[in-house]
Amino acid sequence: MSDQSRQRVTLTVNGEYREAWVFPHESLLDLLRDAFGHHEVRYGCGEGVCGTCTVLVDGEPVSGCLLLAVQADGCSLVTVRGLAPAGELHPLQACFLRNGAAQCGFCTPGMLLTAWALLQHDPRPSRQRIRRELVGNLCRCTGYSKILDAVQEYAAHAAEQTGGHA
Amino acid sequence: MVAAPFRYERVASFDEAVWALHERGEDAKVIAGGQSLVPMLNLRVARPEWLIDINPVGAGPIEDHGGYLRLPALTRHRAIEEAEVVWRRCPILAEAAAHVGNVRTRTRGTLGGSLAHADPAGELPCVAVALGAEVTVQGRDGAREVAVDDLLVSYLTTTLAADEVVAEVRVPTLRPRSGWSFLEMSRRSSDWMVVGVAALVELDAEGAVTAASATIGGVAERPWLVPAEALQDLLGEAPEQARLARVAERVAAMLDPDDDVHASGAYRQRLAAVLGRRALAEAAARARGNGRLAP
Repeated sequence: MSDQSRQRVTLTVNGEYREAWVFPHESLLDLLRDAFGHHEVRYGCGEGVCGTCTVLVDGEPVSGCLLLAVQADGCSLVTVRGLAPAGELHPLQACFLRNGAAQCGFCTPGMLLTAWALLQHDPRPSRQRIRRELVGNLCRCTGYSKILDAVQEYAAHAAEQTGGHA
Repeated sequence: MVAAPFRYERVASFDEAVWALHERGEDAKVIAGGQSLVPMLNLRVARPEWLIDINPVGAGPIEDHGGYLRLPALTRHRAIEEAEVVWRRCPILAEAAAHVGNVRTRTRGTLGGSLAHADPAGELPCVAVALGAEVTVQGRDGAREVAVDDLLVSYLTTTLAADEVVAEVRVPTLRPRSGWSFLEMSRRSSDWMVVGVAALVELDAEGAVTAASATIGGVAERPWLVPAEALQDLLGEAPEQARLARVAERVAAMLDPDDDVHASGAYRQRLAAVLGRRALAEAAARARGNGRLAP
């Protein structure tokens, strides 16, 4: 397995089993966009700074541009399309819409996935915590306040549904 | 920006890593979390022929050995930041880990990788020097123990041989009546520090300083452990603001930081004085708190 030729990787993307042959220098982002057509995962900076290529790898947010595709072998990936069934909106996405938390939309998939991962760990995060967690996701439309509002609204709503003790 | 082609080998143990490195020589690089290395590959600042991936080695738990914590080299920043034992026994390490990059950096980035990468603006090298941490370095002739202070040389430069790898990190825990502080100035909270200070202060029962140290990052080619003489005026005295400020100003005057795109040398020097004073004061305040709690 130690040579320059392609290597086989098998993984799941949004619950679907996928396999591909990749060069070692190909990033997970390359694999998702170019081989699998997941164009909702976006190239921003290529340095792990902007967060537009955020993917959940085994549930945790990772920069798709900084993980080699070969390193994702055996992993379970979630892109923003995996948050809800095709054609439906996840309630967190609905909160983004209601709050006007998306302008051009380029950063939105990364924002949603990072926020979603946070909500799995901490269902009622403070505004401070949300801000801290999303600091690595850049929005050049300067829509940060509305994004924080949307995540908070989702958390408050989810807490109501579980009797305020989410 | 796309990485140039390289060859890739996965290894399941540090021994295998050492042999792979030995075979490939200077053309090979170890990849751990990849949060510093892969940007360098994508920008083609680094163009190794081989990447040796040590991730399959995995990381066992963080262990409390009384006087020190034992952390596997592949311990992710996120695991440090979230470990109750680290907050309880060595909170300055957890605080520093929480300052590293963004959440994705901390999900993947590793303690051993951060020390071996030796970025002079890295939080973990700075705190590791401050605490007197040691690493176990695996080589062809077995393991050797190295103080992080002796590991770090300069910008991205360590005393690791081309066929050595960091396997484990041991971090002394904080002593009773001691307090800590880690403060940094960065342009955005996910950025590298412009300047950061790790301070440790110990007080006696009367509240006088019995030991003090400060390590400053971002002001030289590697984290700078302030010479003990420069902090001598603190010993045996109460840590009053005016005294702390005087000492911090004197320490900052010893620095000669370079200008770069992020900040001028003069500004870094000013930050060292201000953050130095605040860090010493916060560490002293925490030491007073710990003193009260101690049995």
